[in-house]
Amino acid sequence: MAFAKVQMDMDERKTGRQSFLSWANVRPYAMISPAVLVFCLFFIYPIGYMIYLSFHDWNFVSPTKDFVGTANFSHLLTDRDFREVISNSFIYTFFTVSLTIGLSMLLALWLNRTGAVYSFMQASIFSPHIISLVSVSMLWMWIMDADYGLLNWALNLVGIESIAWLTSPDYALASLIMVAVWKGIGFNTLVFIAGLQSIPKDLYEAAELDDTPPWRRFMKITVPMLSPTLFFLTIIGVINSFQVFETINLMTAGGPINSTNTFVYYIYQYGFQFFKIGYASAAGVILLVILSVLTVVYFKVLSKRVHYR
Amino acid sequence: MKSSPIFKVINALGLILLFFIFAIPFLWMASTAFKTLGETMTFPPVWIPETLQWQNFVDAWNSGPFLKYFVNSVVVTFMILILQFATIIPAAYAFARYDFPLKNFFFALTMICLMIPSQLIFLPVYLNLSSWGILDTIWGLILPFATSAFGIFLLRQSFMQVPEELLEAARLDDATEWQIIRKIMLPLAKPVLITLALFSFIAHWNDYFWPLVMTTSENARTLPLGIAMLRQVEGGASWNIVMAGNLLLVLPILVIFFFAQKHIIRAFVYTGVK
Repeated sequence: MAFAKVQMDMDERKTGRQSFLSWANVRPYAMISPAVLVFCLFFIYPIGYMIYLSFHDWNFVSPTKDFVGTANFSHLLTDRDFREVISNSFIYTFFTVSLTIGLSMLLALWLNRTGAVYSFMQASIFSPHIISLVSVSMLWMWIMDADYGLLNWALNLVGIESIAWLTSPDYALASLIMVAVWKGIGFNTLVFIAGLQSIPKDLYEAAELDDTPPWRRFMKITVPMLSPTLFFLTIIGVINSFQVFETINLMTAGGPINSTNTFVYYIYQYGFQFFKIGYASAAGVILLVILSVLTVVYFKVLSKRVHYR
Repeated sequence: MKSSPIFKVINALGLILLFFIFAIPFLWMASTAFKTLGETMTFPPVWIPETLQWQNFVDAWNSGPFLKYFVNSVVVTFMILILQFATIIPAAYAFARYDFPLKNFFFALTMICLMIPSQLIFLPVYLNLSSWGILDTIWGLILPFATSAFGIFLLRQSFMQVPEELLEAARLDDATEWQIIRKIMLPLAKPVLITLALFSFIAHWNDYFWPLVMTTSENARTLPLGIAMLRQVEGGASWNIVMAGNLLLVLPILVIFFFAQKHIIRAFVYTGVK
């Protein structure tokens, strides 16, 4: 507790002489300790443990964990399934995020109005955001049912053949992306609307005085002013999409033929079905690296501010 | 702007279409929940069931120990809420209002934990819970979420905005720190506290991933797991029973949303803008 000495000078200013281990010195640590304890036990230590395990071979039951160096990682990178997992994760993330962001930007420009109709619409499109992923998954499984589902019925109405949404390797990943966009679009739209409403009105008024055409106003004012919001939603979307699990677990179980297997599901499979703990941990470490890079980029850009002249 | 009749009609049609994209799935859920098994297997589909099958809800509820799931869900959700408030409030106050050695280090630690998603570290946490002997108990579902880095971050910001003079005045009146928190800080931070409570409740009431991984028997299973298992009832999935079960899970949230709509939206969006 030698560092408490530093504190003494400050305390003397307020309350005269303080004993070295007085309550005033210890109090802040007492206040943060419950939270810090939980962080250490359930976040920091597990991360360290996962990195340790990724260099070992262990099957849950054997008494020893054998050190295998980087063998798990080299296995992973040469494993055809894992390469597929990486490409699936990137495809899923890219399309989910770009479709969600693009569509919600348009919806925000459209629904950013006052009045009962528009606030009702905003609430409607937001509602999937607070529904359990279990219900979202089951509901869409039923809607995408190949024989009796609503979606194929709607397609048949306009003369399109039925599609095996979740059971054909060509469509399964696209179906999951569709569900993710449906669930996420409302939240993104409302954040964009909040962003639009925070743009100072006088910028537009100045542009109108200059007779700037509407599309130029959009490109020169709206887009730059929205860029922090856009950036925030993109990064959050990418980080979330890389961890997709529930819809995959419930709707496709990674199939058909591995076509919808993604990072977290792969780790889950190798950990809980094949008991290859070291191998699953190595996959976890790779995901950790990807997410860390994204997070660092996020803060780097944020500290520079995205535009603000 | 344009307000020609043509434009108004197109706008209205667009709004109706958009509404249907988001409302029809839920109506479909409700409609299916009241059907007979036979009615779920007709093509083209039936929208209005012949007679409302209330029995479906009873069957869904009786397909497993649903009372236990429900109690577990309520206990887990509320224990997490209570523990989060008990750990977040003092930590946020210390980070906002005190200077102490290593403060920045501990705050950086909090920020790192804010960035670590639980879907990433479930495997080592599972192994730890198993070695501490609390796997498959409700403590395994509660303790990992006993605090919230996000909550500390948000509440600290709101505590920092309280002017120092207020605290000085209270200290001159011999107020204890605990009284300052209770009488000054918490009332001023009320909107943030409500936001955090809504966040935490909705996230943990809906959570499927964590209970799926951390439970191996009926002992600690929660509602979302019970609902998910309706699909694996012997004899294959009966969509009417599955949808009845899901309606039971979704309805409380939708009702809360209906009444606290503005509040919930503001809570979720407010954090997205700041």
